[in-house]
Amino acid sequence: MEIASAGVTRTADRTQLDPNVKGLIFDVMRFSLHDGPGIRTTVFLKGCPLGCWWCHNPEGLASEPEVVYVEERCVRTGECVAACPHHAITWHDGPFRDASICQKCGTCAAACPTGATQMIGRWVTVQQLMDELSRDLVFFDESGGGATFSGGEPLLQSQFLEAMLDACRARRIHTVVETCGVVARETLLRLSRKIDLFLYDVKLMDSKKHRTYTGAANGNILQNLRALARVHANIIVRMPVIPGINDDAENAEQLARFLKSSGISRLDLLPYHPSGGDKYGRLHRVYRLSGLKPPPSEQMQIMAERFQRDGLAVRVGG
Amino acid sequence: MNERVLHLRQQSLDAKPWVSIERAALLTEFYRSSKEPSVPVQRAEALKYLMGHKTIWIGDGELIVGERGPAPKGTPTFPEICCHSMDDFDVLDQREKISYRVDEEARKTQQEQVIPYWHGRSMRDLIFREMTPAWKDAYEAGMFTEFMEQRAPGHTALGDVIYRMGLVDLKAKIEQSLKRLDYCSDSEAYDKEQELKAMSIAADALIIFARRHAEKAEQLAESKSDPARKAELLKIADVCRRVPAHAPRDFWEALQAYWFVHLGVVTELNTWDSFSPGRLDQHLAPFYGKGLADGTLSPETAKELLECLWVKFNNQPAPPKVGVTAAESGTYTDFCNINNGGLKADGSDGVNDVTYLILDVVDEMHLLQPSSNIQLSKKSPDRFLKRALEIVREGWGQPSIFNADTVVEELMRQGKLLADARCGGTSGCVETGAFGKEAYILTGYFNLPKVLEITLNNGVDPRTEKRIGIETGDPRDFSSFDELRDAFRAQLHHFIEVKIRGNNVIERLYAEQLPAPFLSLLINDCIARGKDYNNGGPRYNSTYIMGVGPGSCTDSLAAIKWHVFDRGDIPMPELLEALSRNFEDHEKTRLLLWNKSPKYGNDDEYADSVLQWVFDAFYDDVNERPNTKGGQYRVNYLSTTCHVYFGSMTGATPDGRRAWEPLSDGISPVQGADRFGPTAVIKSAARMDHVKTGGTLLNQKFTPQLLEGEEGLDKLAHLVRSYFKLDGHHIQFNVVTAATLREAQANPEKYRDLIVRVAGYSDYFCDLTKALQDEIIARTEHAAFAPALTATQIS
Repeated sequence: MEIASAGVTRTADRTQLDPNVKGLIFDVMRFSLHDGPGIRTTVFLKGCPLGCWWCHNPEGLASEPEVVYVEERCVRTGECVAACPHHAITWHDGPFRDASICQKCGTCAAACPTGATQMIGRWVTVQQLMDELSRDLVFFDESGGGATFSGGEPLLQSQFLEAMLDACRARRIHTVVETCGVVARETLLRLSRKIDLFLYDVKLMDSKKHRTYTGAANGNILQNLRALARVHANIIVRMPVIPGINDDAENAEQLARFLKSSGISRLDLLPYHPSGGDKYGRLHRVYRLSGLKPPPSEQMQIMAERFQRDGLAVRVGG
Repeated sequence: MNERVLHLRQQSLDAKPWVSIERAALLTEFYRSSKEPSVPVQRAEALKYLMGHKTIWIGDGELIVGERGPAPKGTPTFPEICCHSMDDFDVLDQREKISYRVDEEARKTQQEQVIPYWHGRSMRDLIFREMTPAWKDAYEAGMFTEFMEQRAPGHTALGDVIYRMGLVDLKAKIEQSLKRLDYCSDSEAYDKEQELKAMSIAADALIIFARRHAEKAEQLAESKSDPARKAELLKIADVCRRVPAHAPRDFWEALQAYWFVHLGVVTELNTWDSFSPGRLDQHLAPFYGKGLADGTLSPETAKELLECLWVKFNNQPAPPKVGVTAAESGTYTDFCNINNGGLKADGSDGVNDVTYLILDVVDEMHLLQPSSNIQLSKKSPDRFLKRALEIVREGWGQPSIFNADTVVEELMRQGKLLADARCGGTSGCVETGAFGKEAYILTGYFNLPKVLEITLNNGVDPRTEKRIGIETGDPRDFSSFDELRDAFRAQLHHFIEVKIRGNNVIERLYAEQLPAPFLSLLINDCIARGKDYNNGGPRYNSTYIMGVGPGSCTDSLAAIKWHVFDRGDIPMPELLEALSRNFEDHEKTRLLLWNKSPKYGNDDEYADSVLQWVFDAFYDDVNERPNTKGGQYRVNYLSTTCHVYFGSMTGATPDGRRAWEPLSDGISPVQGADRFGPTAVIKSAARMDHVKTGGTLLNQKFTPQLLEGEEGLDKLAHLVRSYFKLDGHHIQFNVVTAATLREAQANPEKYRDLIVRVAGYSDYFCDLTKALQDEIIARTEHAAFAPALTATQIS
């Protein structure tokens, strides 16, 4: 990729050139249709300060590369055992990887003929990622789409994210950032000037419950959102609707009040979906919502109408 | 749709295709006593005999009249081209898919009259007699197919001539041409005289045919007591006395004129791709406007008439095919394709009120035939595209979407006049042509992955162990990928030469033995040149060879380059051993090839540059070679159902495909190889220089969820517009779930109405062979949220 010229600040220019500024990402999804306007490419940055029970991207939680094993794909060639330079894998009717020996070098994943063993997470420079984003420029231009940074929590890698945002600006690529709001306020506000649209998660208004289900209190999240709304005009708040956890009237009541008082008018309600559940086992994590059913669409409709009565522009699904 | 259309449509759906022996019997009768001075006149007289004697059918409630057979779905045979054996009849009657009922009378006539006269005389017999052993070897190996062995050249669409002139006017033009003949200095003057006389007789044939319909309608009117139907029948008689002898004066006459002309073309010979009205919306627009203005037409009656025409198309199944031809094109669809939108001759946007009316008709009728497409230019309004996509979203595969600007560019590149290019479009599946002015003949599919298989076996076909290619060296001795490419190119050249040698003979056989004087009347400049459609009469004459399996071929070459030459993790001897054993005891190798190789369709530079090379190799060898009609050879990329047949003739391939499985279809990626969604597929497909082709076919399958709401429609529209910005020629969408298809496979009786996009056309899913059904299920489904953990990172 040639170096972006017009409209780049000097700092950004330097950062883009600096191959030491790297981001850890776990997926780049093209033709992403539900993370902002138009046809978009969504970059998933790895690492998240929260650990929500319903998270459907658990591979985005840890801030380091991980090796996963997808048993359904394994055809038992034993290539991984032979390939591992650290002898971390032994065969017990399937590969057993000793995490204390594993260096996460990815040799086993490269050797696996089916992709049963995979590396989740790769380090990329700004330039590498811009190359990937630039592949779909024609679709962005045609549809008014662009790049969406999701995760994990993209603001956790703020230096890399900022460099990416600068590079996108230079190329006139529309940017969306999906955040959980757990970030230093100063960073959030500084980067907000470079972000075209925020998709800002608010999960629970009750701080105690928030701590239970996400691992952290929500005070900072809500205060950040209020502060952001004062300086940024394009914010869509997103609430995942998890039956029995945050679909009660009280939570809705408080959220509506908070949004109105913050001057936020757009809300997406995202019905819980269990599709991420099977990823947990592969990551040696426990999925605590097994068996939970998605909320019926009538319930989603009733909820949407409830917020609409408060003058909010609500979409189900987002 | 109203009661009348509902009834006619249902009748058409309920009728089962059957072989009508009437045409074969009449033709044989004619030929036994024919004493014409020349072949063209004999052919024209034969048509006149047929049109003067065949059964006239006017069904209850019909407004547009005329059938190719004696009744709906009655399908004639063409023994002068392909004389079916009694075994062929058994196959047609009894095969599970695409069967045609053959009754006792047909059998008896075939055995006692048709076979004794035509056996050894048919074009099919002639062709197989004239082909070289090298040609037969390659043909039998599944290296290529031959379109003209059971069906005549056609592959064209009509321009605007019949809406401006009647056949009587065309006869006057013929007289002028006859007068201009210079017998002293033009050595072909007599040939031209015979051809022109033939055209004039052929015009008479259709005038007689129309008059017989008028008479029949009048007879029926007399016997009807219902005054409304009586009036309709008298109106029909009136219309049939006017057209196609004279130019149509209104919307109804315009439609009936086209339909008679259509029947003329498909009765004269069993032309490939039936016949198409071309830019129907533009041809009809003046009649529509005039009718609305003078109060003789309403949008409702216009729609009703169009729908009556649609039923007519659906009443005509493809002529019964057997053998390889049935395998390469296994469908009742005869590939008539209606164009909508596009550009006008002056370059302005061609979308008009009739365009939207036709889209409404397509939406309501939901029929296999005629196929429909939109020609989308950068000037076309978005509402036009979105109206079409609304229909696409219903999931039965129509209409398909073409890039009108690229079509114009393709035609211009071939040296056509700007106005001719703008009045052109696409017919058949995806074939570009200058409508009303060009014979663009498809001669056969060409199996690109098979070329690689022969290359890897140093000229021998491993399926039969027969040497059918040339010796290009043992690949175990190749030290670089370049050496393999050189060998591939040499084999490719060999088989192209074998194919073209055959084509050039077949072109002459048709020119001399089976001219088409009626079709010639309709295509410029046959009358002015005094030459037949099959003999260089049209203004433009192109001959196409269709590349099949560019995806499979690319992935196979890319896998060899990657594993054998770049990485060295699969040595050539091991690869060849694995292929020869169809990966038995070599599953690990197969998995590496399948999962860990660069694949076309992923916007991957490594694989896509191989695609470009394959494209150039094929193009460079074929493009601009002269044909026998003053035109050139060209390439295009479509496969109809031939990728399944070719797959069944091709052993295991280095992309990890097992022997006998289908090849990739059209220019689509190998089924399941595209793993980064439709934008990546589109970017890869656009690496091919579509402008250098006469058409490419890209299949995309979407789950309905992806396209929900206005937003889904917008995004699909953006996807199409983006592909066309990159000069993509054509894209079509299957909007179904694999689960639905599996369900349909298990319970066909519940899914008889399920229409899917197969290639350049749609078909009833349950009519497809199991292999083809499986292949369609396997085509990648693009879900909006591919789970991150299952996306395999290659390389």
